[in-house]
Amino acid sequence: MAEVSLQNISKSFGNQIALQSVNMRVPDGSFVVLLGPTGAGKTTILRMVSGLDKPDSGQIIINGEDAANQSPAQRNMAMVFQQYSLYPHLSVRQNLAFPLKSPMLRTPADEIKRKVAEVAEVLQISHKLDNKATELSGGEMQRVSIGRALVRNPQIYLMDEPLSSLDAKLRSDLRIELKRIQASLGATMLYVTHDQIEAMTMATHVGVLDHGRLVQFGPPREIYENPVSIYAASRLGSPKINILPASLFPAAPQGAVQIGLRSEHINIGEGLEASVERVERLGDQTRLHLKLGEQDLIVLTDPHTKSAKGDMVKISPKDPLYFDANGERIK
Amino acid sequence: MSGFSVTQPSNRQKWIAGLLVITYAVVTLMPLLWIIATGFKSPEDAISYPPKIVFEPSLEGYVNLFSSRTRITPGMEETLQPPETWYDQVARDAGTIIVGPSRYGQRFLNSVIIGFGSTFLAIVFGTTAAYAFSRFKIPIKDDLLFFILSTRMMPPIAVAIPIFLMFRQLGLNDTQLGMILLYTAVNLSLSVWLLKGFIDEIPFEYEEAALIDGYTRFQAFYKVVLPQAATGIASTAIFCLIFAWNEYAFAVLLTSGTAQTAPPFIPTIIGVGGQDWPAVAAGATLFLMPVMLFTILLRKHLLRGITFGAVRK
Repeated sequence: MAEVSLQNISKSFGNQIALQSVNMRVPDGSFVVLLGPTGAGKTTILRMVSGLDKPDSGQIIINGEDAANQSPAQRNMAMVFQQYSLYPHLSVRQNLAFPLKSPMLRTPADEIKRKVAEVAEVLQISHKLDNKATELSGGEMQRVSIGRALVRNPQIYLMDEPLSSLDAKLRSDLRIELKRIQASLGATMLYVTHDQIEAMTMATHVGVLDHGRLVQFGPPREIYENPVSIYAASRLGSPKINILPASLFPAAPQGAVQIGLRSEHINIGEGLEASVERVERLGDQTRLHLKLGEQDLIVLTDPHTKSAKGDMVKISPKDPLYFDANGERIK
Repeated sequence: MSGFSVTQPSNRQKWIAGLLVITYAVVTLMPLLWIIATGFKSPEDAISYPPKIVFEPSLEGYVNLFSSRTRITPGMEETLQPPETWYDQVARDAGTIIVGPSRYGQRFLNSVIIGFGSTFLAIVFGTTAAYAFSRFKIPIKDDLLFFILSTRMMPPIAVAIPIFLMFRQLGLNDTQLGMILLYTAVNLSLSVWLLKGFIDEIPFEYEEAALIDGYTRFQAFYKVVLPQAATGIASTAIFCLIFAWNEYAFAVLLTSGTAQTAPPFIPTIIGVGGQDWPAVAAGATLFLMPVMLFTILLRKHLLRGITFGAVRK
């Protein structure tokens, strides 16, 4: 259990700037998800917090103490690596027991046995415990790697895209399971993903990263409804937010260049005329792919809509988000 | 099955491959087989012409190898006791009596101590140095590595005199310790370079995982890197042992009595009581065994591929 705060963290690798004065507070017991495309600096933040890399400048404060001189072991954090990093010379069981046997924890044998069995059960790998770590599928390796973190009760869990190689069913099971474990332990979690469903469902806070800068930090709902920029708005929401020239619709505020409309924020029935290009029926919802002049957009509509390809519909914005020439939000 | 396949060789291809391997094996193993056979020949058979492929086996060579003998002179027979053991009998049949053990056993022991001792040290220092070269930022790293390799570029004879003088000053002449240190130094270049290659191939991610799992840097090295480097360590150890075991030039120049190894000793067997080829061959045959056994013992570790696939690329 711990509170971690990053103060003015900067890091570059050669000429490549990885992080630019990032300030972020991960409150005790929170589930913080870092969102951003590859190269945005998500993994770099995890490595800074874990102590595997040192920031060029800035401080990492763990429970009120500057962690600059603490080794990874002293920071007592568990980490799930994106590339799994299972010990190839050990069995799955030995891999799971490895952190418990460390000189830091020195867990008694019967407790190791109990914890390994418990975690293997949760992750559905009990039948593979005696396999070599190399004799597993990608999804199984990923689960072992999550398990190696979950056997511990660390200050903070760091997870780098832990569900990326799993199939859809297992992924949604584990999403719920991870959230349950985190909530029941009251654990602090710093979690990297570019899956927005994971961000929306698990996070108490989301941090949006863009080229090494933290552009927005807050509850997922707030980032969804109140994004600071087109970039932040595009990170959450499926289908992706529609971005159109602001001049298409009347009543754009001063300086607005673009308008952002989430698919559920478009009224159908009056306004501009658009043609239906495609109808996507997902069962619980139906999406219309529309063409408005030169612009493509996606609108959420009544699941039982009678609209078909080639129809014309009239649309108008509801609760639009306006952005200036740089993509920054105008309020 | 017809046509060309890379993964499924045809029967004909298998036959050709097998034949080539057997031919190569016969050519390379011929001298070895000849030496082993000669060890079991009588001195007459050993030098007979044309050479005998089929012969009556004799242990005279081995008895001669391990004993020093005197020739039975006329008139001596009456005073002799009947032979007590089988090797006394073998010697008596050849017209000699055993007066004591030869120095072969002791020279052989020197070879074992010096060979395995220097291999052990070369591996310990080599592994730690290779790990440092592989993982840490070291100023002038490339120059240092080249310098280490350069120690192997000179022929032994070029450095023999300075080493001889140094050893004399330090009291290391003709000592086991001196030879162990010398062979360790020569083998270090080989072990550092080979092991650096093996350790480079072990991704650093495993150590990072161990650091996170609560281990120190050294414990991560010991628990995570070493087991994965076992293959490399085993093959490097074999190379180091083969060098130290077979080394002749330094051994001839720097040892004469107490620390003499088997290679300079074996040729001297010839001089005792005529050209005793079976004894020389027996000495060479026994001398081959330890390296062969060592290689067979470590063969399991020579198979590559244990680290394949647990880090996603």
